Amino acid sequence: MSDVALAAPAPPKVSLGEIFIDFLIVGATSFGGVVPYLRGMLVEKRGWLNDVEFTEMLSICQSLPGLNATNMAILVGEKLRGGAGSTVAILGMCLPGAAMMYAVGMIYRAHGDHAWTTAALKGVAAAAVGLLLSTVVQLSRKSLEKHIDLVFVAITALAVNRFHVSVPGALIGVGLLAILWHRPKQPVAAIA
Amino acid sequence: MNQIPALVRVFAYLSLLTVGGGMAAFPELKILAVDQHKWLTFPQLIHMYSVGQMAPGPNMMMIVAIGQWAGGPLGALAVLLAFFGPTALLAYIVAKVWKRLENWPWRASIQKGLAPVSIGLLLAGTFTMAKGAVVNTETAAIAAVVLLVLLRYKVNPALLVIGGGVIGLLSF
Repeated sequence: MSDVALAAPAPPKVSLGEIFIDFLIVGATSFGGVVPYLRGMLVEKRGWLNDVEFTEMLSICQSLPGLNATNMAILVGEKLRGGAGSTVAILGMCLPGAAMMYAVGMIYRAHGDHAWTTAALKGVAAAAVGLLLSTVVQLSRKSLEKHIDLVFVAITALAVNRFHVSVPGALIGVGLLAILWHRPKQPVAAIA
Repeated sequence: MNQIPALVRVFAYLSLLTVGGGMAAFPELKILAVDQHKWLTFPQLIHMYSVGQMAPGPNMMMIVAIGQWAGGPLGALAVLLAFFGPTALLAYIVAKVWKRLENWPWRASIQKGLAPVSIGLLLAGTFTMAKGAVVNTETAAIAAVVLLVLLRYKVNPALLVIGGGVIGLLSF
C-alpha cells in the first residue's frame, strides 16, 4: 500500500467544491482550536498533505501575520488548486464562525447586561485567560530552542505592557534583534 | 456617522500585527476600538473575545460583532474583509515564493527570530486581557485551574471555557 502511495506521480486533482465543503466542515466544527481539526481533515482523512508538510506549513503560518486558521486555508488551497483553491478554502473556514459571532453579537447587545449574563461572562473571560496562558506555555515548550529566546519573549511582553511600546514597534524592534541573533552562520561555513 | 472607513482602516492595520496569532493585536485593538473610536467598552471587548473562544473557526471572529455594532451588516462585512484580506494576500504570495526560498539561509533565521517575539506578543495580549478579566480571587482561581488542567490533561479548551461560565453563573 505505502509503495503505491510513494510511487504516485502527482496527487489527484481536488475539486473546488470538495475544498470548500471540507474547510466549511472544519470551520463549523473546530471547537476549541482549529489546528487539530485541520490536521485530522488534511492529513488523516483526505491525505492531501503528509505530516511533515502540515508541520512545515503551520510553522510558516506562525511567522506570518494572520491567524493560523486562515493562513493554513490559503496555503493549503494554493497547493491544491491555486488562487481559486485559496479563495474557497478561506471562505469555508470563515463563514460558520462569522455567522455565529454575528448572531452572538446581536444577542449580547440585547441581553448582555443582565446580571446572570454578566456573572457567566466573568467566568468565561477568566477561563479564556487560563487558556491563553496555557497556549503561551505550550508554544514556548515547542518552538523556543535557546535560553536567549525567553529573554526575547520577556522583552517583547514588557515593552508592550509596561513601557507602552506599540505592538508594531515591539514587533519590528525586538523582531529584527531576534532575527539578527539567529542570523545564518558565517558564509565560510555555508560554502564549506 | 459613517464608521465604515474607520473600521476598514483599523482592522486592516490590526491584521498586520497578528504575527503568531490574533492575540498579538489585542493591546492595539483595545486602544483603537475602545479608547479611541469607542465602538465598545473594555468589558464588552473582553466578553466578546472570550465568548469567541467557544465558537468554531478562526478565534478572532468576535471582530464581526464589533463591525456589526459600529456599522451594521455592512460594517461586519467590511471588518471581515479588512481583517482577513491583507494577510490572506500576503500568505498567498508567501505560499508562491516560499518553496524557492528553501535554501535562503535567512529563512530559518526569520522563523527562529519571530517565534519568541510572537509568543511575547501573545503574552502581552494576555496581560492586557487579564487586567480586565482577572479581577478577584474567584476569577484568578478559574484562570489558574484552566491553565493547570490544560497543561496536564488533554481536554477540549472550549469545554473549559464553558465550565468557567457555569462556575461564574453558580457563584452569582
